Amino acid sequence: MSGLAVELVGLTKTFGGAKGDEVNVAAVRGVDLGIQAGEFFTLLGPSGCGKTTTLRLIAGFETPTAGEVLIEGRPMSQVPAHRRPVNMVFQNYALFPHLTVAENVAFGPRVRGMARAERDRRVQEALELVRLPDVGRRKPAQLSGGQQQRVALARALINEPAVLLLDEPLGALDLKLRKRMQVELKHLQQEVGITFVYVTHDQEEALAMSDRIAVMNDGMVLQVGTPVEVYERPATRFVADFIGETNFLPAQVALREGDGLWLTLEGGRLLARQPAEALQQGQAVTLALRPEKIDLAPSNAGGLGGVVQEVVYIGTDTRFVVRLASGAQVVARLQNIGERGLGEFGVGDAVTLLCAPADVHVLNN
Amino acid sequence: MNTRGRLWVLIGPPAIVLLAFFVLPMINMGSFSLRQGSFGAARQLWTIEHYRAFAANEAFQRLLLRSTWLALATSLLTVILAYPVAYHLAFKAGGRRMTLMMLLLVPAWTSFLLRILAWKLILGSEGLFSVALQALGLMQEPRPILLYTPTAVVVALVYSWLPFVALPIFAALQRIDVRLLEAAADLGCPPWRAFVRVTLPLSVPGVAAGFFFVFIPTLGEWVTPALVGGADGVMYGNIIQDQFARALNWPMGSLMSLVMLAAMLGLLGLLVGLARLLRLDLEVV
Ligand SMILES: Nc1ncnc2c1ncn2[C@@H]1O[C@H](COP(=O)(O)OP(=O)(O)OP(=O)(O)O)[C@@H](O)[C@H]1O
Ligand SMILES: [Mg+2]
Repeated sequence: MSGLAVELVGLTKTFGGAKGDEVNVAAVRGVDLGIQAGEFFTLLGPSGCGKTTTLRLIAGFETPTAGEVLIEGRPMSQVPAHRRPVNMVFQNYALFPHLTVAENVAFGPRVRGMARAERDRRVQEALELVRLPDVGRRKPAQLSGGQQQRVALARALINEPAVLLLDEPLGALDLKLRKRMQVELKHLQQEVGITFVYVTHDQEEALAMSDRIAVMNDGMVLQVGTPVEVYERPATRFVADFIGETNFLPAQVALREGDGLWLTLEGGRLLARQPAEALQQGQAVTLALRPEKIDLAPSNAGGLGGVVQEVVYIGTDTRFVVRLASGAQVVARLQNIGERGLGEFGVGDAVTLLCAPADVHVLNN
Repeated sequence: MNTRGRLWVLIGPPAIVLLAFFVLPMINMGSFSLRQGSFGAARQLWTIEHYRAFAANEAFQRLLLRSTWLALATSLLTVILAYPVAYHLAFKAGGRRMTLMMLLLVPAWTSFLLRILAWKLILGSEGLFSVALQALGLMQEPRPILLYTPTAVVVALVYSWLPFVALPIFAALQRIDVRLLEAAADLGCPPWRAFVRVTLPLSVPGVAAGFFFVFIPTLGEWVTPALVGGADGVMYGNIIQDQFARALNWPMGSLMSLVMLAAMLGLLGLLVGLARLLRLDLEVV
């Protein structure tokens, strides 16, 4: 397919095991991915799940144990890192300490033999693009973390790569700067139109910036989708748990009703929208409920009942922990608007949990 | 204690040591070079006669020049030979690093004199080269190979300095973040170019340390030339020693030492300036 900037086919990387190593780490296990040209694509997953390794395989710093990397349709197995049409923004920036900022940015063009005048002009342009027009003569050590991050970005972008690989580029920044850089990066990506493959373990960051997200765990891709898809329709329990907060409740399939499905739990029942896959009556499933999608009503409302166990005020919302008859705990969040939220229910109150059928997510065990 | 007081506590002891063992002897030598003789009344007489004599003595100057060349050659050769050793230790040795490091260092724990004397045997008429050449039929009778030449001095010195130069270069190379080399590859550098543009410049402090570590003592060296240098291998250090120990001309000896110091400082300044100039822009790589 021609629209794919990067394609990973059965990509696998196992570390160690070469010369009688005791440890054998399967960092990446059979990853298949297609990344569209011009897309902001994020690899999201917990620490150690193989994000960096995947990125390094694309960049050519690691050789796959099995499988293949294709960039713009070309197989990369015989192409060394320095000839691949990709550039990387390293997690620690990896700026050359012995060169000035301008020399750092000029590094790529210079290696490719660009004439001096043209090069100087491009360097200035690149530094302006990342809004650092005046620091060219400084050494990287004389810049703040956020500025270094931008220089690293300029150093990569100046080469106009087909794909830009970014390994937790905002990881070292404080929260405020991080939020600002997220917006800037996103704008920049739309401006230059380069494919971004972005690595992060911060789910909020992934949701806010990406066109599509691949959720990884333990070297495997669990789900690929838009932020809305992975948040609203998580494919597995892990995805639901990793992205946002989720209540998991064991339940049984009761009966179909139109395009809805009744599920019974200890302490009541809930109506869910009919899931895509066919489920047997009486089958054990797990329900995934987002705290912010659960509403609370006084106990006479029917449905799923419980008792308020804990009330925590967290500014915008109030967080309620409700104990069901089964002993399971469910977290619900109500926004503090008018009479709602704060003070509406107290510890020990009997309540009913309400949840729209579309927000009751059924996971097949 | 206030900051200033603490500062004095810190720099006080080294300052006293420096004053006692460096500054005062230097002043002493400076003043000695202006006396007529080493002992008695002559020692009380001030004169610049030795300066005139040195300026007129071409043999001394030639020897200083030759010793400088010899020291430069020794330091350069040592650095060139030590660099790959250090590079291998830092980047390629992996699990064998400790073993290799020991192999490099342990010979250096034996006495300096022994190591130089060993070369006397190796280069001698019963030595490795002589025997090998005879066995190959390239030489008819036992003869020393290179022994008692300036080359023998350089060979023996390079051999004994090598581990001490490999170490600072190794330390500098080891500090280089491998991600910098990956970044260079990422930006289009094939390995040799990444070496020239990243590894080499970042290892300059280690190279410079190693270079001066050899150059400075070698310029004043007199033991090695005395043992393996022969008549042609005499170095400036040998004639300084002669002035003090044999001719008992302490003023001349002092003066010659001062001239050597000046030559050394001048050369170092030149080299540092040259290095700065070179680092400015290497447009070719
Ligand atoms: N060079 C290596 N040798 C051996 N094991 C490695 C190597 N690099 C990574 N690993 C292992 O592979 C797994 C995946 O590592 P990777 O760096 O890709 O994780 P990550 O998702 O980037 O994590 P983080 O968010 O912490 O950066 C880990 O278990 C790690 O210990
Ligand atoms: Mg990582």
